[in-house]
Amino acid sequence: MIRAALLALLLASPALAVQPDEILPDAGQEARARAITRELRCVVCQAESIDDSHADIARDLRLLVRQRIVAGDSDQQVIDYVVARYGEFVLFRPPFNARNAPLWLAGPALLLVGGGIAFAFIRRRGQAPEPPRPPLSPEEESRLRDLTGE
Amino acid sequence: MVVELGHVALIVAFLVAVLQMVVPMVGAHRGWADWMRVATPAAVVQFALTLAAFLALMWAFVVSDFSVRLVALNSHSAKPLIYKIAGTWGNHEGSMMLWMLILTLFGAMVALAGGNLPPGLKARVLGVQAGIAVAFFGFIILTSNPFARLTDAPLDGNDLNPLLQDPGLAFHPPFLYLGYVGLSMAYSFAIAALIEGRVDAAWARWVRPWTLLAWVFLTIGIAFGSIWAYYELGWGGWWFWDPVENVSFMPWLVSCALLHSAIVVEKRDTLKSWTILLAILAFSFSLIGAFVVRSGILTSVHSFASDPGRGMFLLLILGAFIGGSLTLYAWRAPTLRSTTAFAIVSRESGLVLNNLLLVVAAAVVFVGTMWPLVVEVATGRKVSVGPPFFNLAFSPFMMAIAVVLPVAAVLPWKRGRLGRAFRQMRGALALALACAALAWVAETGGSMTVPVGAALAAWLVFGALSELAGRIRLGEVGLPESLRRLGSLPRADWGKALAHAGLGVTILGVAAMSAWAAEDIRAVREGESFAVGPYTLRLDSVASTRGPNYTAETAAVTVTRGGRSVAILHPEKRMYPVQGMATTEAAIDRGFARDLYVALGDPQPDGGHALRTYVKPFANWIWGGAMMMALGGIASLTDRRYRVGAPVRRAAVPVAAE
Repeated sequence: MIRAALLALLLASPALAVQPDEILPDAGQEARARAITRELRCVVCQAESIDDSHADIARDLRLLVRQRIVAGDSDQQVIDYVVARYGEFVLFRPPFNARNAPLWLAGPALLLVGGGIAFAFIRRRGQAPEPPRPPLSPEEESRLRDLTGE
Repeated sequence: MVVELGHVALIVAFLVAVLQMVVPMVGAHRGWADWMRVATPAAVVQFALTLAAFLALMWAFVVSDFSVRLVALNSHSAKPLIYKIAGTWGNHEGSMMLWMLILTLFGAMVALAGGNLPPGLKARVLGVQAGIAVAFFGFIILTSNPFARLTDAPLDGNDLNPLLQDPGLAFHPPFLYLGYVGLSMAYSFAIAALIEGRVDAAWARWVRPWTLLAWVFLTIGIAFGSIWAYYELGWGGWWFWDPVENVSFMPWLVSCALLHSAIVVEKRDTLKSWTILLAILAFSFSLIGAFVVRSGILTSVHSFASDPGRGMFLLLILGAFIGGSLTLYAWRAPTLRSTTAFAIVSRESGLVLNNLLLVVAAAVVFVGTMWPLVVEVATGRKVSVGPPFFNLAFSPFMMAIAVVLPVAAVLPWKRGRLGRAFRQMRGALALALACAALAWVAETGGSMTVPVGAALAAWLVFGALSELAGRIRLGEVGLPESLRRLGSLPRADWGKALAHAGLGVTILGVAAMSAWAAEDIRAVREGESFAVGPYTLRLDSVASTRGPNYTAETAAVTVTRGGRSVAILHPEKRMYPVQGMATTEAAIDRGFARDLYVALGDPQPDGGHALRTYVKPFANWIWGGAMMMALGGIASLTDRRYRVGAPVRRAAVPVAAE
C-alpha cells in the first residue's frame, strides 16, 4: 500500500519524461542538462524531479534549462535562473546556509555526540571489574533444577 | 449480510481487545493467575474475529458488491480476480484492516507459541499488544469504516488505480505490514519489561526472534516495492527517497540496530536500556510511517488541516504510544543498569558502533523527511529535500558500516585484538582492492562510484567467507576436520554470513546502477534499427491489443548483439478506460550482469514512436542482495537457539509475578 500510494502519486498519466525532441545535439550539453534537471523538483508533482516528470510544466522547465545551457550559462547560473523564478522549493538539495544548517549538520552532529557517549560508555565498561552475578531467587532455583533434570 | 457480519466481528474484536488490555494487566499486577490466563484465549479470539471481518470485506470485493461504498470506489466488475482480492487492501480502509489482521495475528502467535514465557511477562506483553489493537480498532471504527453501505448502489465501480493492478499489490503491502506490525511485538516486550523492571538474557532471547521475523518481512517488503517501481514506472528508477519510502526505511534501519543490540543483551547482559529504547523507537517509526502516509501531512500541511479527523486521531495514537513509552522509559530505565565488563576492542564495542551508525543514518533520513514540514510550519517557506540530499548525507554512514563490518564481525566477545582480526581479513582486503582496480579499468568516465562500491562489496562478501573459513579453521586442522566443522556450524552463523554478504551484493548493484546505467531516448519508426551500447535494437511493429479491462499498444522489439539474437521484447502502453488512465509496462530482459529495459512512449508527430532503452548493469544485485539478507535472517530464525517459541518447559513451574 505504501508503494502503491507512491506509484499512484507519481504517475497520473504515462507520457514518459524526457521526449526525443528535447534532447540537445551536443552530448556534453545534454549530459549537463540531465544532471541539472535531476536536481530540480517539478512544482506540481509529488517528490518528482523535472527529469522524471511527465507534467507540462516540467517539460517547459526542461526546455528552459536547455535553452540557458545553449545560451552559454554555467550550471550554477541555470539553477539560479530557475530558483529566481520558481523559488527555493524547486531545489531538491537545499543549499548549505545558516537556515538549512540543522538539516545538513544533523547527521555529523549526532554522530559526534552519539560517538562521544558510546565511547565514554565503552571505556567505563573497560574499567569495570567483572561483577558477581546476583543470586537466583528460590523460584528460579527450583526452575533451574527442573530444567536440568536434577 | 456477510458485510454486516464482518462489521459486527470488527466491533466484537474491539471489545475483546479492550478486555485483553485490562484483565491480564491487572492480573499481572496483582498476581492473580486466572486473570493473567485470560490473555491467551482473548488473543486467539481477537485474531479469529479480525480474520472473519477481513474475509467479509474481501468477499464483498470478490463478488463486486457495489452497495459497499469501499468496493464501489475501488473496484470494478471487469477487473481480474487476483486484483479484486488484492484490491481489498489497495485503499486506506482495507489496508487498515490488513494492518489489524497482522497485528492480531502476531498477538495470537505469541499467545500460542509463548508457552515458555513467564506468565507475568506473557500477560503484560499481550496486554500491551491489545492496547495497540484497541487504538487502531477505534481508529477504523470511528474514522475509517470499511463496511459502510451506499443507499444507491452504482451499476459498476470506479475501478482500482491501474498502477496498482499488478501482482506487486498482492505481495508488497502484506510483507511490508508484516514487518511494520511485527515490530509491535518488540515494543510490547519492551514495555512489559519496563513495567516488570527486569531485562535479562532470557528476555532478549524471547524478543530477538520476533524482531528478526519482523525485520525479514520488512526487508522483503521494501525490496518488492523497489522491484515494482523499477518495472512499473517506465524508466527503471528503483528508489526515490520519497517520504513514503523513507518512512518504511527508518524502521528497517532501527530494527536492524535492535537485532544486533539484542545479541549483546542475550550474550553479555549489557546494553539493556539501550535495547529497550531501540525496541520502542523501531515501532515508533512504524507508527510515524502510518501517520505520515495516511494523514497526508507531508503532501501538504493544509490538506491535513482541512481533513483533520483521521490525522488528529492518528496523532493522538502516536502521542500516546510514543510519548507514553518514552515517559515510562525515562522513569524505569535507570534501574536497568548493568556492570558487565568488556574491552575497547571487542565484539561488544563493534556492535555499539554498528548501532551508532545505523541509528544516526536513520536520524538523517528522519530529519531530511521532516525538514520541509518543520520549515513550513516554523517560517512559512516551502522547501524540498530530495534524492541529491539523501545520496550525499546518507551514503557515508552506509559506507562506514560496510568498512567496519567484516573486522568487527570476527572480534571475540569481551576482549579482542585488532591485529588478529585484520590478519584474518587480509585475503578479503586484497580481493576488495583487486575488484576496485578491475572496476576502474573497466569504466571510461573515471567516476569513483563503482570502484568504491565494488571494493566495499568484495570486502563484505569475501569478509563473510573469510569469517566462515575462520570458523571451520580452514587450513589449520586439515580438510576433513574443516568439512566436519562446516557441517556442524550453527545456522545462525550461516545466517550472519549470508546477510552480511547480501549487504555487499546490494551495494554493488546500487553503485553500478547509479554510475554505469546507459540510457537512450529516441523516436523510432517501425522497421528502424538503432544501437545502444553493444546491442542493436529493431522496432518490428506496434500493434493494438486488448486486455480484460484495458486496451494497449504493444510493440515488438528485437534485440541482437553481434548478429546473435538476445531477446524479443514487448513493451506496452495500456489505457484503462474506467479511470481514464494510462500506464507503461516496460519490457525487461533480465540478466545476471545487466538488465535490458525497453519502454514504449507516445507516438511522435512526424511518425514513429518514442522509445526509451536502458542498459541497467547489475540491477538484480540490488534485490538479490536484499533477498540474501532476508534469507540470512530466516536461516538464523531456524537456528535451534532462536527458534520462535523455542525450548518448551518440561513441567510448568509457577513463577511468582510481582
